[in-house]
Amino acid sequence: MTRTSDSIEMKVPAKPEYVGVVRLTVSGIANRLGYSYDDIEDIKIAVAEACTNVVNHAYNEGQEGNDMQVNFGVYEDRLELVISDQGGTIDVEKLKQERGPITENQAIEDLKEGGLGLFLIETLMDEVEIRGDSGVMIIMTKFLQRDEVEHHGYGVSKEIPEQQ
Amino acid sequence: MNLEINVTETDNQNVAYLSGEVDVYTASKLKETLTPLAEQSDKNLIVDLSGVDYIDSTGLGIFIGTLKTTEKTGNTLMLTGLNERVRRLFEITGLNEVIDIEVDNKREEA
Repeated sequence: MTRTSDSIEMKVPAKPEYVGVVRLTVSGIANRLGYSYDDIEDIKIAVAEACTNVVNHAYNEGQEGNDMQVNFGVYEDRLELVISDQGGTIDVEKLKQERGPITENQAIEDLKEGGLGLFLIETLMDEVEIRGDSGVMIIMTKFLQRDEVEHHGYGVSKEIPEQQ
Repeated sequence: MNLEINVTETDNQNVAYLSGEVDVYTASKLKETLTPLAEQSDKNLIVDLSGVDYIDSTGLGIFIGTLKTTEKTGNTLMLTGLNERVRRLFEITGLNEVIDIEVDNKREEA
């Protein structure tokens, strides 16, 4: 059972120069929660991908109210991020079809310069949900693994755990 | 949060040294620099990412575009100096399968 300890909301213009601002913010929040360096970098990329998506696709030029909304749900065991826009309905299935990694035998001229963003979000975060009813809403969760043995084979921590 | 680009041109190759962050904000500057370099005939392009501490799919997309351009002009594209984080992103996306990446970054000192 976990409760929300904090909720943070951020609304910034859907412009390229603000994606870095959101990235710095999420980095600070994730750092405060105690995520590892690698996890923080993963979260930064995932959030930036979602924001980049809003900047590139959500609004037509000159459209009113072109903001992106970022909500940070800070839980004891996880960080839940919601990135949303008011850019109108989208076809989520179509979006999903375009995503994916690059494969070795793909011809270079067939490579797509987009489509990697959503793939990265899904790869780097633990849970991802996309809604497209009134603008795009991407909900992504990264769990905090406190008691995990260190990656890369550093092995058991120096302290010997108490016997059960 | 910016990207610095320095280019050195020699007779048979262009080297672009990047430093900073490659994201949706800095990507257009990177594209504007790399595209004309990739279009030059008989010049291979090397992009040195030693100073890059952040890259995301927008940046990866630029390299896909640059690779396409070098293929058209018959040049080669090679990336060098990738740190562990940046290299991991190329691996996750499979881009390391299509773009030449110099893994052992031992360049001769000038």
